[in-house]
Amino acid sequence: MHKRGYYAEFGGAFLPEILNATFDELEAVFEAAKADPDFWPAYQDVMATYSCRATPLTFAANLTRHFGGARIYVKREDLNHTGAHKANNVMGQGLLVKRMGKTRVIAETGAGQHGVATATMAARFGFECTIYMGEVDVERQRPNVFWMERLGATVVPVRNGTRILKDAINEAFRDWVGNMDTTHYVLGTACGPHPFPEMVTYFQSIIGREARRQILEREGRLPKRVYACVGGGSNAMGLFSGFLDDPVELVGVEAGGKGLASGRHAARLCSADASVGVAQGYRTFFLQDSDGQMRETHSISAGLDYVGVSPILANFKQSGRARFEAATDAEVLEALSLTMRREGLIPALESAHAFAQAFKEAPDMTPEDIVIINQSGRGDKDIFTIAEAFEDPAWREFIKHKAEQYDA
Amino acid sequence: MLETYLRRQREKKEILLMTHIVVGYPSFEASFEIVKAMVAAGVDLMELQIPFSEPIADGPVILRANQEVLARGARVRQALAFAERATAAFDIPFLFMTYCNIVYKYGVAEFAAEMSRIGMAGAIVPDLPPEEGTTYLAAMQTHQLAPIFIFSPTTGQERMRMLAGHGRGFIYCVARKGVTGQQTTFSEALEDYLARCRQATDLPLALGFGVKDRSDIDFLRGKADIAVIGTETIRLVDEHGVGAVEGFIRGLQP
Ligand SMILES: Cc1ncc(COP(=O)(O)O)c(C=O)c1O
Repeated sequence: MHKRGYYAEFGGAFLPEILNATFDELEAVFEAAKADPDFWPAYQDVMATYSCRATPLTFAANLTRHFGGARIYVKREDLNHTGAHKANNVMGQGLLVKRMGKTRVIAETGAGQHGVATATMAARFGFECTIYMGEVDVERQRPNVFWMERLGATVVPVRNGTRILKDAINEAFRDWVGNMDTTHYVLGTACGPHPFPEMVTYFQSIIGREARRQILEREGRLPKRVYACVGGGSNAMGLFSGFLDDPVELVGVEAGGKGLASGRHAARLCSADASVGVAQGYRTFFLQDSDGQMRETHSISAGLDYVGVSPILANFKQSGRARFEAATDAEVLEALSLTMRREGLIPALESAHAFAQAFKEAPDMTPEDIVIINQSGRGDKDIFTIAEAFEDPAWREFIKHKAEQYDA
Repeated sequence: MLETYLRRQREKKEILLMTHIVVGYPSFEASFEIVKAMVAAGVDLMELQIPFSEPIADGPVILRANQEVLARGARVRQALAFAERATAAFDIPFLFMTYCNIVYKYGVAEFAAEMSRIGMAGAIVPDLPPEEGTTYLAAMQTHQLAPIFIFSPTTGQERMRMLAGHGRGFIYCVARKGVTGQQTTFSEALEDYLARCRQATDLPLALGFGVKDRSDIDFLRGKADIAVIGTETIRLVDEHGVGAVEGFIRGLQP
């Protein structure tokens, strides 16, 4: 039988029957857009005029000197409108929604970045917008909830299951099966049933295409390694896409949380706690128990706190095309601190995972070697989490004072 | 064989009744009492849902039941043991309803062998379309078990025929767009849809999603072969306890 969207044994489309026609429509529209020679240039134009593309490739001179090893470059996805690479995917899918003539979009969000990006796109294109977000994430990413609502979206806190990203995805699917005539589900990462992994990767590949061109312009040669954090895997697939056919090592960094031995992490590709399964419409590595029930995950960064992972990355893991590592919450905070102090860059907690791993490896490389770190987003949204982690006394006073003002 | 049983029952009754429970909800003992009450009230066949942590096709009521059972630490083998007890005690066909990952992690071949050993008639796996289910279909075939496939109002005629070609026993027709446990309008559109389903297959047709009272079942008489009661009994048990089940099911019968 015709099997769609497989990457070796990973991927597929394990869909409730009701969504079959919707996925056929989506696939057809996506294929038509890809085949349309005007589509990619039009997409690039939207990204250039609305979202600050091409994003720069910044040479991190101070970090390079600090580690005394590889030359460190940072791809600045934080400079996208709304502060993360999520904008690339969302604007692309927005163009497809227009082609389909639908009027409403829904999305799930963990860190809130994808929710903000979707709400922004909906405002710009004139779509109605509902965002599903786990109750736990609503709690830890309040600033993003605030922005989504200001942008005109309805944010629905999801109280089921573990009350984080995977549960928000389930709720979005439940909405979709009732409303697919008018509604498109803007899935936020390179996961889920076919064609989402391929489609999200296609839009995010703008990161890697640019990065490759930029490093060749700047250095005249390719990097030795490129680093990206891995939640669902969209920013990683975006950067990796530029170097798939090159002798470049691709390094994906997962959330090590409290450490792989603690069981409190979200490492699906580099921990023994994960195994192959089928959930949320696709086959990949999941953090699950021996019955196939999904386990709780943990990360200091909401955006990496997901039970599944892109089937394309699962295939890269198995084929050896990419290497996967984990950075712990503590290592991430240290890397974040160093990056702020030395370079004046403020990566998101998610992105700081990629920095942490690159910092572990940079000293062992030579100045002949180049590495690129994907700064998938900016850290502003994490101000509450980071201030708490650093136990910043002045910030605590400020919050107390604010609270008193509200009570008064 | 399931299909033969259903045809024989249909000679006696104009419309058959299939009910659904989430195994272990509100407890394993109460589940067994519910099954007993349903059989006593004349139910013709029954779905036993093995809880899964990500039941994407289910609405809030069934979702919560799944999660409560899992939160108490229930394991898949307990659900299988429950099913074994049910098939031994009651003389109606039982089907599993669950999600792909439960079957997949158990081992597709092993799961089918176990179903056969404990006397199950078939299974409904809503996130396993035939395109993805080659191994599953073969295993079900080996043990002469019925893989039940689903038609929905968005399923085209050609696809209905394809699904029916892989299905055994009967076809589960979902009444409307959406997940379980929401309102369904029993209207002319539903009638047209069922006529369309009828054209695509000779298998008996079950109609589920939103069937909750006698008038819904009266509407379906002559249009479908089986009426499916899902969410409504869970709601009933939540509100009035296990004791209310038998009277409720009896009230649905002609
Ligand atoms: C800034 C940032 N980076 C990374 C991620 C992880 O997602 P992905 O692996 O799809 O890039 C998120 C998710 O919300 C994010 O907000």
